[in-house]
Amino acid sequence: MGQIERHPPLPAEGTLSLEPQVLADLRERAAQAATGPGRGARLRDAARALAGRGGIFALTLGAATLAILPVVLATGADLGVTAQAFLDGSLGSRFAISETLVQMIPLLIAGLAVAVSFHAGLFNMGVEGQLIFGGLIAGVIGATLELPPALLSVLCLAGGVAGGALMALVPAALKAWRGVHEVVTTIMMNFIARSLAIYAVSPSGPFVSASQPSATEKIPRGAKLPVIWDGTRLHAGLLIALAVMVGLWWLLYRTPLGYRIRLVGANARAARASGVSVGRVTVATLLISGGIGGLAGAVQVLGVYGRFFDSFSAGYGWTGIAVALLAGLSPFGTLVSSFFFAMLASGAVQMQAVAGISREMINVVSGLVVGFVAIQPATLHLARAIRARFGPKARPLTGDPRE
Amino acid sequence: MSDFLSISLLGSMLSLGIPIILPMLGGLICERSGVVNIGLEGLMLAGAFGAVLFSWLTGSAWLGLGGAMLCGLLGGGLLAVMTVTLRGDQVVAATAINLAAAGLTAALVPAIWGIDGTTPSVPQIPDMQLPVLPELPWVGPAFAQVTLIDALVFALVFAVWWVLMRTDLGLSLRACGESAASADAAGIPVLGIRFWAVAVSGVFAALGGAYLSIVMLDVFQASMTQGRGFLALAAMVFGKWRVGPALVVSLAFGLAEAMALQAQIYVERLPHELLFALPYVLALVALATFVGRASGPADVGKPFHRA
Repeated sequence: MGQIERHPPLPAEGTLSLEPQVLADLRERAAQAATGPGRGARLRDAARALAGRGGIFALTLGAATLAILPVVLATGADLGVTAQAFLDGSLGSRFAISETLVQMIPLLIAGLAVAVSFHAGLFNMGVEGQLIFGGLIAGVIGATLELPPALLSVLCLAGGVAGGALMALVPAALKAWRGVHEVVTTIMMNFIARSLAIYAVSPSGPFVSASQPSATEKIPRGAKLPVIWDGTRLHAGLLIALAVMVGLWWLLYRTPLGYRIRLVGANARAARASGVSVGRVTVATLLISGGIGGLAGAVQVLGVYGRFFDSFSAGYGWTGIAVALLAGLSPFGTLVSSFFFAMLASGAVQMQAVAGISREMINVVSGLVVGFVAIQPATLHLARAIRARFGPKARPLTGDPRE
Repeated sequence: MSDFLSISLLGSMLSLGIPIILPMLGGLICERSGVVNIGLEGLMLAGAFGAVLFSWLTGSAWLGLGGAMLCGLLGGGLLAVMTVTLRGDQVVAATAINLAAAGLTAALVPAIWGIDGTTPSVPQIPDMQLPVLPELPWVGPAFAQVTLIDALVFALVFAVWWVLMRTDLGLSLRACGESAASADAAGIPVLGIRFWAVAVSGVFAALGGAYLSIVMLDVFQASMTQGRGFLALAAMVFGKWRVGPALVVSLAFGLAEAMALQAQIYVERLPHELLFALPYVLALVALATFVGRASGPADVGKPFHRA
């Protein structure tokens, strides 16, 4: 990249509009930037950033895999057999792939729910409870209202979103108005949501099915999410999950609210100083996060079971934390990390049957991944030190002067 | 109904309060030194599991207790390496501990005993009465509810208060939590103190877990701690990071749990699934009415390194 160009003269302080000449100049630059010589550099930067992300992703996973090896060996399993069972169970057949995708749906949505809260510097640890309560509301609506199937379906999903947001409302209000840290309150809400859900379908509960204990009545077949891959369980929830992913990316990077969310997350004091209502952004973020979490539950109820079971969530909300952190909170990255954890979940059945590895190992992997993300600043520092000592000399800076 | 408010409620308040008091003490030591510890839940699980494992291996419940402390020290030490030495995010690192401990303990039960969920019975810490006190007139029956272990726990509470508030070590530890830079300038080894505070908090949490698994019961169950580590944290916050008030709040949570249990027995047709949520609702209410935002240690949550 050639020389660094100077900024056009900025308008004098106090003037509200740019002079026409300056404005035209800026427009021309913008047009040039989209097609002109700057484009290659930006693409290269983007590619480099992506490679960096991918490198961190691979390093984190590699480290977690290494760390889990002794545990797997300690349980007396054969490594080769375990790895084979994992791959067979998650990708080995048409059925295995479809089951992996089925597992990916709640993990992807839950991961996005966690990610949006982390973007605002908020720790929504209550996704599990929001998911359960959202699933309950969806199941109750589906089992009690008599409406045309398509409308019922939409209403169930909306109810799930509302239920999840409701579970997030208490921590949001406490955080915004009483300054109570959201970590403990969101976790408390998990236990409350679970009790409510267990009670609702307990023998004396108001929504328990007449024929099936610990569950609501079935949702009419037509209101269930349709299967989108013949002969498998893969349902339209995948499309919903992908839509949420794109929508969240749009929200975070293309809307004023998303900008405020990221600003609050980067520096709440600076955000406040520049006129952002941190309390309002906090409440909005937690409600969005909770709503997405509730949607994950509703999609699972409508897509897989067709009714609410009190134990339908296999800890998706907790795994969602690892999904979001492994992805570096990137919405599109979440697609990759949720697929990885979905492979673990669907491979777990086979691993349990063939190699005797407990399904609980998923939580261990989640914990390891989260742990390695926690110490990432230190490991990246180390990696940089090693590269500076042994690697190629750093190239001189080119391109974007902001680097 | 008279049974409902009987002496036995006092006893179950104590035995349900202690698994909250012990991790609360750990959290308090940890946060007073400047490190947030939401990993108490996972460290409790590690302790509950370690207690049963070592009790099973050695045939001695007391060695089980030692095993729990060892697991807690290892878990706490790991958290300390992540948060103090490597300056990782304290909430994220503790979440890692919680996830890994929940997964690992649940996965090891079938790997070791060949059955899912609950372990077989292992040697249990015996119920030992206090000497003399139960024979006293009037107050005797109340003391009869208190076991020797309970009394030791209260001695431990006093010891923690004493060390924190009445010794040089405690003063140094609190200085690290209030202003790590000033403590460092005064020659206090901030990183060392924080490291050991986090590690020791693991031991306290593990003892709380062991109380559940080999004092109250004689088995380990997957996720048997049921959020008590988080309740302990809420008790500490509502007690404004002070031993005495936090002790009272912990006991109140224990009482709520005890009442929920007794109501289930004595009052018919009560939705006990909802009563189960009582301590958590109480904790939320406590946090909501919590006044004075700035009463936590000033430097809590901030990793320290010399500029």
